[in-house]
Order: sequence, then structure tokens, then C-alpha cells
Amino acid sequence: MKLHVATTVNGEPAEFLCSPEQSLLDALREELHLTGTKEGCATGDCGACSVVLDGRLVCACLVLAPEVAGRRVETIEGIARGAELHPLQRKFLEHAALQCGICTPGFIVAAKALLERNPDPSEEEARYWLAGNLCRCTGYDKIIRAVLDTASELRGETR
Amino acid sequence: MEEIRYEAPGSLAQAIELLAGSGARVLAGGTDLLVQLRSGRSAPRVFVDVKRIPEIVRLELGPSELWLGAAVPAAAIVESREVARLWPGLVEAVDLIGSTQIQGRASVGGNLCNASPAADTGPALCAVGARCVIAGPRGERTVPVEQFTTGPGATVLDPAELLVGFRIARPGPRSADAYLRFIPRTEMDIAVVGAGVAVALDASGRCASARVALGAVAPTVILAPEAAAALVGSRGEDAALAAAGEAASRAARPISDKRGTADYRRRISGVLVRRAAAAAFERARAGGTA
Repeated sequence: MKLHVATTVNGEPAEFLCSPEQSLLDALREELHLTGTKEGCATGDCGACSVVLDGRLVCACLVLAPEVAGRRVETIEGIARGAELHPLQRKFLEHAALQCGICTPGFIVAAKALLERNPDPSEEEARYWLAGNLCRCTGYDKIIRAVLDTASELRGETR
Repeated sequence: MEEIRYEAPGSLAQAIELLAGSGARVLAGGTDLLVQLRSGRSAPRVFVDVKRIPEIVRLELGPSELWLGAAVPAAAIVESREVARLWPGLVEAVDLIGSTQIQGRASVGGNLCNASPAADTGPALCAVGARCVIAGPRGERTVPVEQFTTGPGATVLDPAELLVGFRIARPGPRSADAYLRFIPRTEMDIAVVGAGVAVALDASGRCASARVALGAVAPTVILAPEAAAALVGSRGEDAALAAAGEAASRAARPISDKRGTADYRRRISGVLVRRAAAAAFERARAGGTA
């Protein structure tokens, strides 16, 4: 039997039908056609499917889709304002902080959650916060530089 | 085949009724259960999502004790400054669990109910004397945390019972706890050994009482009363810390596996208890956490 789920995605009401054991990741991609959230490991180890659920960063693969009824889900699709990229997205491009791109939505969602809590993270804090996001291309250094540079820009500091 | 169901009861009574059905499993943070589901190691017929039950997701610091709901996510515990100030060791253990994303979902109750011998929260909860509040068809009962797990993957819970949360008494003056674990990398790994220590000092700085608990060195978390006894009466001098470490090594009953040999684990048990005890004394002397 399919369940009807009414939730909020990126600030907008959203409804979908899902099976009871379907993951939120699957529902976002297959039912709501929000394919920006990626599947990597599907076991909560890689962070590619990072989304924010009621203000908490989580792996969408480890959430059952029916759990989000009445909750707020934020995905990578909600981060840019129309055609205007979020500073994190711009800095990832400037720093070439991606290659294949599969991990990038997860990194950006996770990094945004970090900067909302801590506008001035140290490199160590950023690395620990993002330790649950795996990237097999960049070696992480460019990603960390992009995040710290974004933080600095958002604080209004000029380089 | 019977269809899989998802239920999100709003009360303990409803949850207990659902759990009495066959194939029902409690879904808290899902970081163990859903991984088991996808790998085929677990095939629940009914997911009982307990996160709509107010007391299970409540974190409340009262005048005499902390109520820690079983499904409160690790991130909420780590963010609570008061909890971190009063129980730094417990929060150290919680903060060692998984990544930021995992901490957004994983709970202390889930960690304990999953009943891995290496669970980080076990020794930390034992050290601070946490009591588990269990609800079931015959009402509520309370079990000391050191009696909650009965073996790898096994707990005292009857099928229709569920863990509601933990009661943890506020530490007295000049009291503090500490938790240390050993893993071969810096984070996100499973304990080779975990050690939780709590001490309470008297006004003269002597240890009046202590609790020492070890994880990953027996089928369940274990208390090491002889290690605790070695600390009582001392001021945390090197000799007392060393004696506590030696007693902890003797208390450990580890197996050899890919994470370490039994001998290695016994030795590490002593080192971690010595260091965790030193940290707990240091914190207690610094004014304690009360």
C-alpha cells in the first residue's frame, strides 16, 4: 500500500506517494523528481544524500520517506536563489572544488548547515564537520578552501 | 506476503500495542535499523517510528536529574551546553558517534538497544549511573544501565517493551566524568576499547566514590568495581591511577578480532582507565561539574 505524505520541501508544500520502507532519498528523486540529492553508498557513510530535516543535517538514505510527514526538508535545490548561485556554490566553482560532482550537493548542503551554526569555523572545525562527506576526486583541500573562503565572504571580510 | 507498514504513534500506549504485533521494530534514528534493512540483515514488518512520542524525544534538565529521551538525536545532546558542563564524559562519548549527519539522527537509546558490545554510550552511561526507563504492557520499570544489555544484540527488553529514556542524577559537588576510546584512526570508527570513569571528591580532594566502566572488552559493557575501589580514598595520585588501570586490565574479558587481540585490549583497557580517571579527577578538582 502506498502512503500519502504531505511535507514541506525547500519552503514549499509538497506531497508524494511512497511505500512504507522507501527512503527519503528515493522519494525525493523518484517521486518529487528532485534529483540534485545523490545516492552514493546508501548506508549513511558518504554524505552524498545530505539534506536538512527540521534543521538537522541528515543522510536522506537513512530516513524513511513517511517520516517527513509534517516536517521541513531542505535540499540542494533550495540553495540557489533562482539563477543566482549561493556563495558556497560560486566558491566551489571558483576554487574548482569538484570534479565528477556526485559529492558536491551533499558537501554544499552540509557546508551551509555548518556556516549557519558557525560563521567563522577554523579549518579543523570545517574538516570535522564535513568528515561525513566523502569525495574521491579532489582530495578535500579545494573543498575546505572554498568553504572557508565562503565563510569569510559571508562575514563581509575582503581578501 | 504481509505488507510492510510504517506507524508513527503519538503515545507510549499506542507504541506498546504496535510492538506487541509480530515483526515490529522500533525506529528511532534509523542509523542501525535502516542499514540492517537494506543489507537484508533485518526484515521488519512494522516500523514503529517513536519520534512522535513526546517523552522519547525530550531532553530536560530538572533540579535533581536529567531526563534524556531515548530517541533524542546526538546532535541535540552535544549542542546542550548545560549537559556538556554537567556530564562532559557522557557528551564526549555521544560526540564520538559517527559523522555530523549520523549525529543528526542517531540516539543514545538506539545505540544502547542496538546492543553492540563496542557501543560508545554504554560505558559513559554506566559511569554516571544512568537508569533506563522501560515501558511495556505491564507498566513501567527501571533498570540500571549496566544490566540493560545481556549480550551482543540482546537486551532485557521484552518484545512489546520499549526504552523510553534515561534518568541521570545531577552530579554532586566536586564530581566529574570522562570517556575515552581507542580507535586506529581519528574518528568514525568502532571502539577497540572504551572506558568511562566518574569520580566524586570530598571537600579535602579525596575520592569518595568512583565508577569505572569498560566497553568492547566483554559481550556487554562491564563495570570494573576493583578499578573504582583503587581510586576511592586517593587524590588521583599516579600510584592510584596505575592501580585502577591494572584492575581494569584484569576486569576486561575481551576476544581477539580484526580490531585487536585480547592481550592488546586488556592492555589498552588499563591505559584508557588510567587516563580517563586522570581526566575525571582533573575536572572534579577544577570545581567539578555541579
